Amino acid sequence: MEIVVTQIFNGLSGGSVLLLVALGLALTFGQMGVINMAHGEFMMAGAYTAYVTQQVLGSAGLSLMVSLPIAFVIGGLLGVVLEMTLLRRMYHRPLDTLLVTWGVSLVLQQLARDVFGTAGVDVAAPSWLSGPVEVLGFSFPRSRLFILVLAIVAVVTLTAVLKLTPLGRRVRATVQNRQLAESSGISTRATDRLTFFIGSGLAGVAGVALTLMGSISSNLGTSYIVDAFLVVVVGGIGQIRGAVIAAFVLGIVQSWIEYSTTASLAKVLVFALIVAFLQARPQGIYVVRSRSLA
Amino acid sequence: MSSPRTRRTAATAVFLSLGLALTACGSRVDSGTATGPAPASCVDTSGSEMKIGFLNSRSGTMAISENTVFDSLQLAADKINGAGGVLGKQLVIIGEDGASEPTVFAEKAEKLIRSDCVAAVFGGWTSSSRKAMLPVFEGNNALLFYPVQYEGLEASKNIFYTGATTNQQIVPGLDYLKQQGATSLFLVGSDYVFPQTANKIIKAYAAANGMEIKGEEYAPLGYTDFATIVAKVRDADADAVFNTLNGDSNVAFFKEYKNLGLTADAMPVLSVSIAEEEVGGIGIDNILGQPVAWNYYQTIDSPANKTFVADFKTVYGPNRVTSDPMEAAYTSLYLWKGMVEKAGSFDVPAVQAAAGGVSFEAPEGTVTVNGDNHHIAKTALIGEIGPDGLIYTVYSSGAPIEPDPFLTGSSYPWATGLGG
Repeated sequence: MEIVVTQIFNGLSGGSVLLLVALGLALTFGQMGVINMAHGEFMMAGAYTAYVTQQVLGSAGLSLMVSLPIAFVIGGLLGVVLEMTLLRRMYHRPLDTLLVTWGVSLVLQQLARDVFGTAGVDVAAPSWLSGPVEVLGFSFPRSRLFILVLAIVAVVTLTAVLKLTPLGRRVRATVQNRQLAESSGISTRATDRLTFFIGSGLAGVAGVALTLMGSISSNLGTSYIVDAFLVVVVGGIGQIRGAVIAAFVLGIVQSWIEYSTTASLAKVLVFALIVAFLQARPQGIYVVRSRSLA
Repeated sequence: MSSPRTRRTAATAVFLSLGLALTACGSRVDSGTATGPAPASCVDTSGSEMKIGFLNSRSGTMAISENTVFDSLQLAADKINGAGGVLGKQLVIIGEDGASEPTVFAEKAEKLIRSDCVAAVFGGWTSSSRKAMLPVFEGNNALLFYPVQYEGLEASKNIFYTGATTNQQIVPGLDYLKQQGATSLFLVGSDYVFPQTANKIIKAYAAANGMEIKGEEYAPLGYTDFATIVAKVRDADADAVFNTLNGDSNVAFFKEYKNLGLTADAMPVLSVSIAEEEVGGIGIDNILGQPVAWNYYQTIDSPANKTFVADFKTVYGPNRVTSDPMEAAYTSLYLWKGMVEKAGSFDVPAVQAAAGGVSFEAPEGTVTVNGDNHHIAKTALIGEIGPDGLIYTVYSSGAPIEPDPFLTGSSYPWATGLGG
């Protein structure tokens, strides 16, 4: 029983990490169709933001919460700069975008090495996130609970923004039919830029959360970018709820296979399952019904 | 209802992701080099200078570690040059980038030997890079000095191994845990040759010493989510954990270890790949008091080490630390100097013949080259990570341990059948 509870929690927790790293991508790749290989480096920027904030503030408890909004803005600004200088010139050339953003990701990695050094840095977890918490006799790591909550808050906020605000309506209109949206008076350029700001900002937030889990170095982005793309593709291009389901399913499947076999085998089997799933359903779990993408 | 473009974009992303994941698994290494007689050496001994090659990953995932080795090799060369060089010749460094790719290491080694005509090459880190270079050095009858602890079970007359082999690091680590009263172990490692081989040795040792192995888990290199593995470690409740994880995975592992409330007091984790350089990235809070096994720590209190640390900090800055592989690289250049001077020649066969018994007062203590297996006798030290991020010796083998890469010696009766 304890194993079942622990593994379900580990699966949900792994899923929430996947969701956080994939959520921004679900917006930029999913909604806008931009393959941004530098998305992982925006996470890295978020993680280093947490590091710098902690160095400046000196207090672990405060710096985590302070660095979340700062990282959102920094990730978002990086995204907007990338969008305005490079991406907007190649919205109809997805393969060129891929190569250009790959180049940008290498530049950002080298920049991080030059500024912060090649060895990893550490962000101390605040004391209220340190160690486990006991619930009904089961112990759960506090930092993982925090990431789970953060992921849920991020999804709910993003969904609310997309569904309820004028901005969200403009984004959805632009995604569904760009020409019609433009002729209705929506500035699709401004909408694209704002969408990219939010998507990249979410990468920054994910980066802060990742400092609770793993290493903070120039490699951080490369460790997560593959998983992030997989979640978005399995979830279905253009759908936030698809990414949510895909992230948690992949998290639970991974932790369940890992528990019964090994970590290496679990990775292989998850890849195999994804390939098989996409053979049967290339469009992913959900698909946007629209004419504009045809 | 899906549009062709959606599908194409999705397919592109999946192939891309798979491609990225696969490149991380390393590339195949072609070992087919010359099998005939070695070509004549092109080393030029006429001038007042002598060329040597430093071959380290200056780019790619291993650059983080290998750049530090390059720095300390450079320091050793500068000091040797300042003191008059080797046989009166000033050393000229040809630096090459192995780029974290075994095939690149093999190519660059060939270039250093054949077109730069260096007298010896220093470098390499991963076992795969060493295995890729081995046929190149044997085919050309050239010399490689390899500075990193490794999994043993190898001895080439063309390679000098100045890091620890298993009986100088892993076996003393186990002796220490046994002395501390551990009767059960949990093995955690990265999924590649060094941890797999190390764990074979550990299991043989445990079987002979009445220790129970409560679990054995491997994570892919670069793995970042240790929730499940650490939960298995916690539930197994062994007396100690033997950790052969490599690189960034250590950070994720120790953060998770602390998150689940496990401590060095309750269940110590003995690591063999965490040195001074790595402690900062893991976070001192996450690893305080955990034991590690090496042959050198920055805190060693000896005149040779104080000079080494002071010189290093003068050149590279007061915040830099010195670690075991860096010290082994530094020592390797001095050992080569000793061999050349004993032979009175830079000629490879003469240097090989002179190698046995060459000794150096290294920062780690006195080390001596074993002429048979080309490893070096060194003292094993178990250290504990202190609050300042440095490592302090808590247990020492006392005297240098003769290298026994195949564990065939009479001290290791339990290791029968492990050797190649």
